[in-house]
Amino acid sequence: MAIEVGGKTYETDEEGYLVNLADWTEELGGEIAKSENVEMSPNHWEVVNFLREYYNEYQIAPAVRVLTKAIGKKLGADKGNSKYLYELFPYGPAKQACKIAGLPKPTGCV
Amino acid sequence: MAQVAEALEQEQDAQSVVKKFMFVNRKAPYGTIYALEGLEVVLISAAFDQDVSLAFLDDGVYQLVKGQQTKGLEVKNFSPTYRALEGYDVEKLYVEGESLEARGLREDQLLVPVQVVSAQEMAQLMEQQDVIIGF
Repeated sequence: MAIEVGGKTYETDEEGYLVNLADWTEELGGEIAKSENVEMSPNHWEVVNFLREYYNEYQIAPAVRVLTKAIGKKLGADKGNSKYLYELFPYGPAKQACKIAGLPKPTGCV
Repeated sequence: MAQVAEALEQEQDAQSVVKKFMFVNRKAPYGTIYALEGLEVVLISAAFDQDVSLAFLDDGVYQLVKGQQTKGLEVKNFSPTYRALEGYDVEKLYVEGESLEARGLREDQLLVPVQVVSAQEMAQLMEQQDVIIGF
């Protein structure tokens, strides 16, 4: 599979996850979000950027439980809970937000 | 009602059996897939609320050495992921002192906080486990 942005084609796997992390740009993330029917707000970007930072530091996409806890620590308890995160990303914050962030699917996520 | 809730909770507690899992790492981080696969299994198992610990013996101690460079090998350097274990509530990392020493390594050269134990202590720790999985 592939996704097209600005006349360029980027390779994705069969579930729509970007194959090359380095390909990611905010524009590309926005395009993936569209295909997921997610309208990106500053709150969405905050989570996506958080995931990219987490990946840079640990080289993995976090499990949803770990993501929730880490977000709570950094952005406060009102954001570090699954209700808030599922409202932003109805098909699963880890799965969907990782896809938009250009990260691989979280380990252990089926 | 409160009594019923309490009884249910007790029942649930009795049913949820927490087992002691130890993942034993004996191989160098690169060259085979064991170390990376082992780490992934640990991350997945952390989701099941079990009592998880990791042991590093033999060449497995190299997995935790700071400053790994994998460019020449053209594989991903996954060593930063060991630092994510804390966030997964996996905090029991045991390293066999003899294995470190035999390779000229010291605890301060490792990238995460660990407990260095002797071979004898390691044997005792293994004795206490319900499940031991080797990689």
